[in-house]
Amino acid sequence: MLAVVGTVPHEDFPLVAGEVLMKEETLILEGRRIPISRGTPALLAATISAGEVLGNSAPFAYLVGDIGTGKGSRRLYDHLTKHLPKMTFEVITFHYLQPDVDWHNRVLFALGEMEPKPVLIADAGFMYAAKMSGQAGAYDLFTPDVGELAFLADEQAPHPFYTRGFILHEENRVQELIERAYEHDNAAHCLLVKGKQDYIAARQGVLATVDEPLVETLEPVGGTGDTVTGIVSALVASRISVEEAALLASRVNRLAGLYADPTPATQVIEIIKHIPRAMTEILRERKTKIESKNAR
Amino acid sequence: MAFLDFLKKKHSQKERTRDRGFLVFENTSEVIRAENVLRSEGWDVKVKGPPPEIRTGCDLVIEFPLIEELNVRRVLEKARVAPLKVVPVQSSLLEPVNLFQTKDFGEYLMIRAANMKLTVEKKTMTIVNVSGGGCPDVPFLAQEMVAKPLSDAPAPKSIGHTLCGYALQLAYEEMIHRCLPS
Repeated sequence: MLAVVGTVPHEDFPLVAGEVLMKEETLILEGRRIPISRGTPALLAATISAGEVLGNSAPFAYLVGDIGTGKGSRRLYDHLTKHLPKMTFEVITFHYLQPDVDWHNRVLFALGEMEPKPVLIADAGFMYAAKMSGQAGAYDLFTPDVGELAFLADEQAPHPFYTRGFILHEENRVQELIERAYEHDNAAHCLLVKGKQDYIAARQGVLATVDEPLVETLEPVGGTGDTVTGIVSALVASRISVEEAALLASRVNRLAGLYADPTPATQVIEIIKHIPRAMTEILRERKTKIESKNAR
Repeated sequence: MAFLDFLKKKHSQKERTRDRGFLVFENTSEVIRAENVLRSEGWDVKVKGPPPEIRTGCDLVIEFPLIEELNVRRVLEKARVAPLKVVPVQSSLLEPVNLFQTKDFGEYLMIRAANMKLTVEKKTMTIVNVSGGGCPDVPFLAQEMVAKPLSDAPAPKSIGHTLCGYALQLAYEEMIHRCLPS
């Protein structure tokens, strides 16, 4: 089973854990209705949309309200340290949480007590904490955008806001930034770098790139990074390798973006609606490739 | 277990302070006042000696959770004890990103500051999207700002809490500078 850990932007939303369902444009968790907007709700909606095509079971979510004060995140961190060792998940995806090195390390200890060890995916605030803690190598996949990659590549920076100017993100320096992030042990085993061109990379270098379809108007749309992380989580939960899942997720996300025919004012829910169609097409293509390879 | 050994080996003091910042003040009495203000608001702060490169005559600084810089600054400004500057503990010579990237989409304009992007529709000056970032106030800021006119939307510095919120504030100020000249 896949677990997703994150926050919702409502201060009074309590800490809730359980299986998440999606009905129309709303998530339902333990009887609570959560609107699908950017952030962890968008990630969950993308995971569910992709998972339905893959035949996955409903994801399990640990959610808490946090508007940036960190109070909710710290309650959730505390809960995770107590409950994770008793749970069995094949994949855990960590998302919008207040970056806090001390709490991150306590959660990582709790993860170390899980048997078998789940595949660990981190994005957003939790990825920042994982990098700052010096424990990036404990993770299987990070999903940074190019700006966040520059932060991973800057061994000094405590947050993307403090990335040094000479490292600053430029699309044409992605390969160099990937190498630097690995050189300083600030990257997970696999990276899915989201940008004009997406990169799937590991310590040995760039494994694949995806640049089609290119939909320029997706860049301003908040939540397209959340959806790709949600899609890759669903693919890994369906037992596809992390590297291949990253490649497929990049293609599915781009295709869903194309089908949404977005403007810079499009909201992420419009893209999520097209994930099942895009996922179906990409999986069909994958199946055809595997069949023709086997036939040879 | 090898997984845990890996963690223990690398969990050094340096790594534990990577997410901390120093608040630098004019004098020691301001440090004491600021410490009282922040402790009374529930923050885990410590008074320490500053590294040589940021000594200003005052021999104390306050160590605090750097991610929450925007919220900390707002609380201290309200208490009239604003810091002279804020620097990361990891490297006190690091400075916030101050470069802006602008992308014109015809009917829309996007401005990026550090890891945050703000997009407005030019005709109506309405905020249509907030993207980038990873701290939990980003979805909250998007929820509060999107679909509102730039002139009426709350400033990120008034409702945000983190460094992502701070970066969005810079993008917001640049957007106002370009689109709503006074």
